Amino acid sequence: MSPDKKILRLNNIWLTMLLFSLGVLTMPWWLEPIGAAYPDLLQKFAIFGIFAIGYNILFGLTGYLSFGHATFLGVGSYTAVWSFKLLSMNVLPAIVLSMLFAGFFAFLIGYVSLRRSGIYFSILTLAFAQMSYNLAYSVLTPITNGETGLQLSKQDPRIFDRLFFEAGEGLPSTTLFGLDMNGYQGFYFCAVLLIIAFFISLKIFNSPFGLSLRAIKSNQTRMSYTGYHTRPYLMAAFIISGMYAGLAGGLLAVTDPLAGAERMQWTASGEVVLMTILGGVGTLLGPLLGVGIIKYLENIFSSVNSQTLHEFFAFLPDSIVTLVVNFTGLFVGEGWHLTLGLLFMIIVIFLPGGLMQGFEKIKNRFTDKA
Amino acid sequence: MDAIFIQLLNGLDKGGAYALIALGLTLTFGTLGVVNFAHGALFMLGAFCAVTMQKLLTISKTVKDTSITFFDAYKEQPYLEIWWGDTGTMIIDYSVPISILFAIPVMLMIGIIMERGLIRYFYRRTHAEQILVTFGLAIVIQEIVRHFYGANPIPTPAPDIVSGSAAIGSAIGLSDSVVYPWWRLIYFAFSMSIIGSVFAFLKYTTFGLVVRAGMADRDMVGLLGINIERRFTIVFGMASIVAGLAGVMYAPILPPDYHMGMDFLVLSFVVVVVGGMGSLEGAVLAGFLLGVLQSFAAMNEIKAILPGIDQIIIYLVAVVVLLTKPRGLMGRKGVFED
Repeated sequence: MSPDKKILRLNNIWLTMLLFSLGVLTMPWWLEPIGAAYPDLLQKFAIFGIFAIGYNILFGLTGYLSFGHATFLGVGSYTAVWSFKLLSMNVLPAIVLSMLFAGFFAFLIGYVSLRRSGIYFSILTLAFAQMSYNLAYSVLTPITNGETGLQLSKQDPRIFDRLFFEAGEGLPSTTLFGLDMNGYQGFYFCAVLLIIAFFISLKIFNSPFGLSLRAIKSNQTRMSYTGYHTRPYLMAAFIISGMYAGLAGGLLAVTDPLAGAERMQWTASGEVVLMTILGGVGTLLGPLLGVGIIKYLENIFSSVNSQTLHEFFAFLPDSIVTLVVNFTGLFVGEGWHLTLGLLFMIIVIFLPGGLMQGFEKIKNRFTDKA
Repeated sequence: MDAIFIQLLNGLDKGGAYALIALGLTLTFGTLGVVNFAHGALFMLGAFCAVTMQKLLTISKTVKDTSITFFDAYKEQPYLEIWWGDTGTMIIDYSVPISILFAIPVMLMIGIIMERGLIRYFYRRTHAEQILVTFGLAIVIQEIVRHFYGANPIPTPAPDIVSGSAAIGSAIGLSDSVVYPWWRLIYFAFSMSIIGSVFAFLKYTTFGLVVRAGMADRDMVGLLGINIERRFTIVFGMASIVAGLAGVMYAPILPPDYHMGMDFLVLSFVVVVVGGMGSLEGAVLAGFLLGVLQSFAAMNEIKAILPGIDQIIIYLVAVVVLLTKPRGLMGRKGVFED
């Protein structure tokens, strides 16, 4: 029983949405026991959740492995910060514009990359991502502010805001019609958008359009023989996932109004691929699960230092402690990326379908064979 | 004219590095059918072989500095100098060439371990999965190197005797102002000889014949009763030696840091795509071509007209080539067209 069939059978969309919304909105409550219920991390869950859901629409449905999605994340962030600088501190124009710009970039890159498939496509998207990253660092410095990153300043025009009220003291913060977008308010804003994003992705998964995308994944040649022109479908999927990434980038700027080029680096693209496959490619909840696990672990692992390790292993005999601490020290703090890489390999080697496939296997063991 | 000549030379050593990495990539593509995103990490490991050799040779102990007589001063003196005097100093000076000898067995071993331990389980998996697992491996290797060597580039100088510049200009009749670092010329010659020996190996030995046959039709070679898997292991070892040597020799040009592999990998993939997947000649040709193009784009005259062109020229060429000649410059039909 493949997860695909299950999604199609799930006809009670509204019940799913209700449960999902409840789950997301009560996150501050049920994540409390594991110490993950503070706004900063919750915002990250929601934002990268949107990113991964969008990536899953491309990779999960069509099987096209893009290695350049961080570009759209970066474009979204830059657009949002510019919108804060030029137009208004209101977040609505910012996120709308970042989606539009990211969509436009996705159109440009997709137009070229989608001419090829398989590894060619991956390499092309990787090349474009590196190109954008290089440009953001060098020539486009007037727009991106290079290494320093784009930040708000007091001299920014903010034309719409100026129409209504005087510039206050200090840097203004991002608002939604007067509601400050930080802390829990910021989280709930992102959470609502996550729910909407999830709803759209659910609709796409169950639509004829989603079915065509799945058909492209299973056999593109046969698809064209039946009279489908596949490229427009791929293009649409690519642009949609680019817009999701743009929205995520915009939200990153909403919660913390600065944008840097390192957001566009290939490691960032690799991270979203990892999140998606860790949870389960092509499943609805998988990518969100992946985001939760990765961001949570990142948060814990990178904050650990040798001091905490010494305290943690204090119960061991003194002679071993240093050894154990040195060894585990490889994987925490600065070495978090090593853990990430290992996790990546382990998942691809042993569980290519991600955790959702793992759950499925466990469930099958208990139901079918019993 | 002088400027153009200099840029041409500039492109050749960078192109040499691209060509060597792309050659190894193409070998693994063509024979094993594996897309190896960890190939750049092999290049980086090669460069760190040179660093390790340099560190090993300069293991020092603190001795009294006799040249300073006013007060007690101490300096670090390498054991080699203490034991063998000037000979020791010379050995330290030649650490990069010496590390070539060190790098060959090390890289061969790393390559074989990688192939036997991981890559061979991925022959029958999809390309996406191959990309993902080798990408993970690249991150792991990179982070391990960072843990042991730190995040900063480590200068690894070339031997003193070739640290100067060659007066090529006067040698070939251009103005005397055309000079070029010896080491880069050596790098170019070195890469050419490696490429030459790989080609000769493939062309004139029975082993090479089998490998070429395997690139054309793997299943058929297997049906003829040849243990193709074992040869593949050796091919992978060869590819990692080539990448490693490219790295060793590149260490004096670019001080190695832990992420140099990934930077070169992306470019080398583009090189392979431009040259044509599965074509060794294409990989070499495209490597030098893109290296030279990149250095021309870095000329001030060109940058004045098109700012930033040097950052993106390679990608632009790749896009144009893929749109006009989808198989790359010398790609064969039926290779990696899934």
